[in-house]
Order: sequence, then C-alpha cells, then structure tokens
Amino acid sequence: MPLVKGGKIVEDPFVRLADDAQTPAVGDILVSADRFLGDPEGLLARAGRLGMIWPNNRDIDALVPYLGRLAAVALVFPVFRDGRAYSQARLLRERYAWRGELRATGQVLRDQFVFMLRAGFDTFDVRKQADAEVFAQTVKRYSVFYQPTGDGRITALHRRMQLRHAEGVSP
Amino acid sequence: MYAYDEIDRTLVNERVSEFRDQVKRRLSGELTEDEFKLLRLQNGVYLQLHAYMFRVAIPYGTLASNQLRRLAHVARTYDRGYGHFTTRQNIQFNWIKLAQLPDALADLAEVGIHAMQTSGNNMRNVTSDQWAGVAPGEIEDPRIWSELLRQHTTLHPEFSFLPRKFKIAITASDHDRAAIKIHDIGLRLTRNEKSETGFEVLVGGGLGRTPFIAKTVKHFVHGRDILSYVEAILRVYNQYGRRDNIYKARIKILVHELGIEKFAQEVEEEWRHIRNGSLQLDDGVIEDIRAHFTYPAYEKLPHMPDELRAAAHDPAFEAWRKNSVFAHKVQGYSIVTISLKPVGSPPGDATAEQMDALADLADKYSFGEIRVGHEQNLALPHVTKRDLPALWKALDRLGLATPNVGLISDIIACPGLDYCSLANARSIPVAQELTRRFANHELANLIGRLHINISGCINACGHHHVGHIGILGVEKNGEEVYQITIGGRADENAALGNLIGPGVKFDEVADVIEDIVEAYLALRERPEELFIDTVKRLGVEPFKERVYATR
Repeated sequence: MPLVKGGKIVEDPFVRLADDAQTPAVGDILVSADRFLGDPEGLLARAGRLGMIWPNNRDIDALVPYLGRLAAVALVFPVFRDGRAYSQARLLRERYAWRGELRATGQVLRDQFVFMLRAGFDTFDVRKQADAEVFAQTVKRYSVFYQPTGDGRITALHRRMQLRHAEGVSP
Repeated sequence: MYAYDEIDRTLVNERVSEFRDQVKRRLSGELTEDEFKLLRLQNGVYLQLHAYMFRVAIPYGTLASNQLRRLAHVARTYDRGYGHFTTRQNIQFNWIKLAQLPDALADLAEVGIHAMQTSGNNMRNVTSDQWAGVAPGEIEDPRIWSELLRQHTTLHPEFSFLPRKFKIAITASDHDRAAIKIHDIGLRLTRNEKSETGFEVLVGGGLGRTPFIAKTVKHFVHGRDILSYVEAILRVYNQYGRRDNIYKARIKILVHELGIEKFAQEVEEEWRHIRNGSLQLDDGVIEDIRAHFTYPAYEKLPHMPDELRAAAHDPAFEAWRKNSVFAHKVQGYSIVTISLKPVGSPPGDATAEQMDALADLADKYSFGEIRVGHEQNLALPHVTKRDLPALWKALDRLGLATPNVGLISDIIACPGLDYCSLANARSIPVAQELTRRFANHELANLIGRLHINISGCINACGHHHVGHIGILGVEKNGEEVYQITIGGRADENAALGNLIGPGVKFDEVADVIEDIVEAYLALRERPEELFIDTVKRLGVEPFKERVYATR
C-alpha cells in the first residue's frame, strides 16, 4: 500500500507490528493501542521512534497523556463510510495541539483526501496505487472552503470580509 | 433571495467537475459500485426501481424564476418532462441517465443550484418556513441563518460520513411550517430577555421505523454561537451515534438511549471547548450574509383594491382566494399558495411547462420569486392584492388553481412502489383515489383542515406518523396492506398519530378514510372543531368503532 506524505509517495519508515510479533531492538515501529497500553513504558524506552494506531471507537482522551512521546498517530477508517476518525483527527490537532505525524489508515480513497487534509491528516496509507499517484492533483480540486478547521485554510465567510474591507479602502 | 457570489459559484463548479470525474471513473470501472454509491449519493443520485433518481436541493425553499426555468429545462432535457417536489424542499427527477448527470449538474450550477448532500449519511438540505421573510409576525427572516448553516454544512470535512443522514430545519414563526420537531435538529428563532436573537435548539426528532418528536436540548443559544453549538451536537453524534445497525443510527436513537439530559451534558462539554473559537459569528459576518439577500421594493398599496372587490362576485375566484391566499407582512400584498395536488394527479408533481409558466407568473406578479413548502406545494410570496384575480385566471389555465390547500385532498405522499426501490406498497394511487373521493370542494370545505400523509414503507418519507390521518403501506404475505393512524401533526404541537386497528387492503383504504371522515362530521362539537381537535378530545376509540364495526 503506497504511503503519501508531503503530497508525494514515500517509503514508510515505520514497520507495522502485529500484536503477537516480537519487538525489534531498533527501528521505527507502529503498534496498536492495545499493545501500547499493555506496556507503554517498555515500548517508549526502546531505541527508534514509536507510532500508535488508535481505533476509531475509543476516546482519544486515553491517548493524550502519551502524545508528547510519540512520533506518529495513525487513525483508522475501517471502511471509508465510517467517519469517526475525522473527529478524532480534529480533536488531536485543534484541541490537543498534536504536531507530529497524523496518518490516515484503512480504506483511504482518493475522494476523501480533501476532507482528510482539512481534518488535519498529513500522511496517508492509500489503498490504491492509482489514487496515490494523483494525490497532488486531487487535493487541488477545491479552492473554496466554508468551514474553519485547524488546517488554516481561509473560509468563505472570512474571505468575503476581506474583500469587503479591500473594497472599503479603495475610493 | 440569496444571490451567489463568485465564492459560492466556484465551489459549486468545483463540485460539478469532481463529480464528472467520479462518473467517468465509475463508467471506466476504476471505481467499484460500492465505492461509487456513496459518491453519487452525496450528489443526490439514487438507484431506483427503474432508473437513477436525481434529487436537487432547493435550500430553505427559495427559488428565483430563472432557477425554476432551469429545473424545467432539466426535466425536459434529461428526464421525462416533469419533476416531483418532495417534503424536504427538494425536487426529484425520476428517469435520469448516469452519463448525463454531470451535464445536468453543470446546467443547474449556472443558476446557483446544486444537489450536494441531498442524500447520503451527511448533513442534508437545510430547510425552513416557505413563508420566510414575508410571514406576518416572524422574529426575523430565518433564511439568513439557514444560509449560514447551508454554507457551514456543505462539504463539511468532519461530518460528511456520519452514522446516518442528518436534517436541520429552522422556523421563525409561532406557527411552525417547517416541521422542526421531526428533524434531527430543529431551530426555533427566538429572542432572550435582552432582545438578542438566538435559537431554541431541539434535537432527536425523526420518523422512520422508530419515530420521535424532537426534545429541547437548550432553551437559548445566541445567534453568534449557533454554528459552534450545532458543531458540538454533530461531534457528539459523529463519535457516539450507533453504526452497527442502520435502523438505530439516527441521532434520535442516541438521544433516546442517553436521555436528553445526559445528551445535553455531552454537548455542553464539547461546546465549552469550541464556543469561543473560530466558529463564533461576529455581526459583520452575519450582516455580510444578510447583504447577499435582496428584498422586493414594495409599493404602498391599499388593503382592499378595486380589482379584488370586483372579483369577489365570482364564486370560483372567491373559493380559491379564501383557500389559497394568505396574509403578507406588507399591506396590499398576499402570499399565494399553489396547490400541486389537482384531482387525480400524483402529489407534488409539476410538468416542465407548468414550471416555465410559473416562472413567468413569478416575474410578472411576485418579484421573480417562488417558494417550495414541505407540503409539496409551491407559493408566490409577494403578490399584490390587485393582481390576485389576473393571477388566478392564469393559474387556472395551467391547472394550478385547485382550491384545496390544507384540505383533505392536499395529500402528502412519497413516490412509493411506483418508483422507489425501498417501498413495500403504492402511495400515489392511494392519494389519487382519495383526491377523487373528495374532489367536491364544498364537501372538502365542510370537512375543513385535514392533512392526510401517505408513506409506501416504514421509512416514512410521506411523513405518515404526523398526518392528521396517516397511511402506511406495508407488505404482508405478498399483499399491500395499509395501516391507518389518526391524531398526528407536524406543527408546533407536533404529535405522532395512533393506530386505529388492523391494516386494510389497498381497495379498502379510501372507504376507510371516508368512514373516518363521516365519523368526525358526526362527532365534532361544532363546524369549527377541526378533525385533529376532535381526535384529541375523543381519542381513537369512536373512530375505530366506526371503521371496524362492519369489517
């Protein structure tokens, strides 16, 4: 599955570890919330970066205390119709000021890229190669946004006010 | 009227080009039907029994004449020459071809019409009072707020994949014409003790197989906070609404399972974090939206012009005027409701020719404006009283002057088994038969206000639970069977109807309704006591007795 980060297809530096797999001594690993919460200090103490896959049916409050020591958080779209992770992403970015990697994983498809970016995701486990290849064009589909989110894009309401003020100062 | 600016136009155009690409990918096989299904639903495209159905939004029920002409154009060019107005201020086209949908959307986009989120598990078309801005005594024009919410809910990055569909309705009048109590969120414009504008917020209303009347979640939310408060409700719902069972996924179930107090606490807790954030509306922003609305330059006119006095001698005109013409907030003007319920026709249908002609009449008599109400009728919102006789003649020629607004033949009905793939039973033929039984206007007038609502399945698109008489078609042993309820209503005193007894066969429905009506006429205390009030006073029993005594 291709990984898109910074708008481009990249090598995934993280190894996704199954719950029953042995922990490698070095290297970046991505583990499930269950595995992490079973032994947080052990996993955090090892060399190599740690990322956590957080399920979409669990409050992120339990994740928040560890944020400062994680390198990545992956949120899950079990099917693309299930939109719970959009709320989790916004909360992580906008309420808990998470600045590390925020990865969308699961059934991640082209037609959700813009929503995901706006919710704060910056890294994408894209399901189909063809979708990953057109990432850069796809996210330019929209230039108008009605809602303010943590991504900082200017909203339509705000842009109108700017236009108004611009008109106001010219003769 | 809200006039799109460049920003709104750009977004709709971007949406059309995205959908064009999606259709192309579907036709080439790049997208599976499962993947495409949700994308098309988000653009109002259903796959029905015989063809694709295309549902177009008419936000808060306001249409300009050029927009209505464009809907006629779509009916003529891409469909079979007619459209069907729904109970949620949408219009549906029943015979559209997938390959042509992007073109139809592009044609509509040129006049500022879209089909975004008219289906799918997202925030649907925001609806309001079809008399908004012209009804006497309203708090203020609810369309300003409806438009703010329309924009806020359009392509929302967090709430486009909700557990289930989500509907918001707004009213600003004491008499609720927007049926807010059967919506996921109902907003009632009100003022606080400081005379500031805000909303009573109701939540968890809805029909379908588990009907609920909405409950008040907060008595007053200041106007500047309405977006953040709605956002808080949606965020609670998106995270905790059930996704394991489609029939338990609406917010009404979450509210019911948590209880309204607990639900209100959850929302309050979420709201506390975001209410002072970027969603807070300052006066400038609200004024800017308000400035996008244009209002007619009304003349100073007499209350009773000579033209109206002269026409009063014509009983046919008077019958129509008394039935279909309503008070306007400006002296000398009227609101005219146009019945889309002629005898023997499917409720809510209009032909392309009727739409074009109505657009012309709107230009001539109503400042180019048309409204769409949830009862599946249209309205011309600003007609001078002196023009009423001429307008009536013109409407009559078009078959649009049936004086049955609010009467027994003004039936709300879903498309039913004639079109819909979900339906278990026919709705339209039941409605047609009833309009024939009660075609006599004197009889209908004698009966007085009585709403019949018909749904062809438990999903309740025809709002049968809240009809004064509700008819629900179900399937039993391969046969259509109809369950009849009485006592429902969708207004400010919203209530769910009660079943009168076992279901009856298709052929018996009209007879049963006649029996109920006869029972009412015999039971009412005086002619002014409406059917719904008689039912309230006496309950179901005497009606049940009458209907089942001989069956």
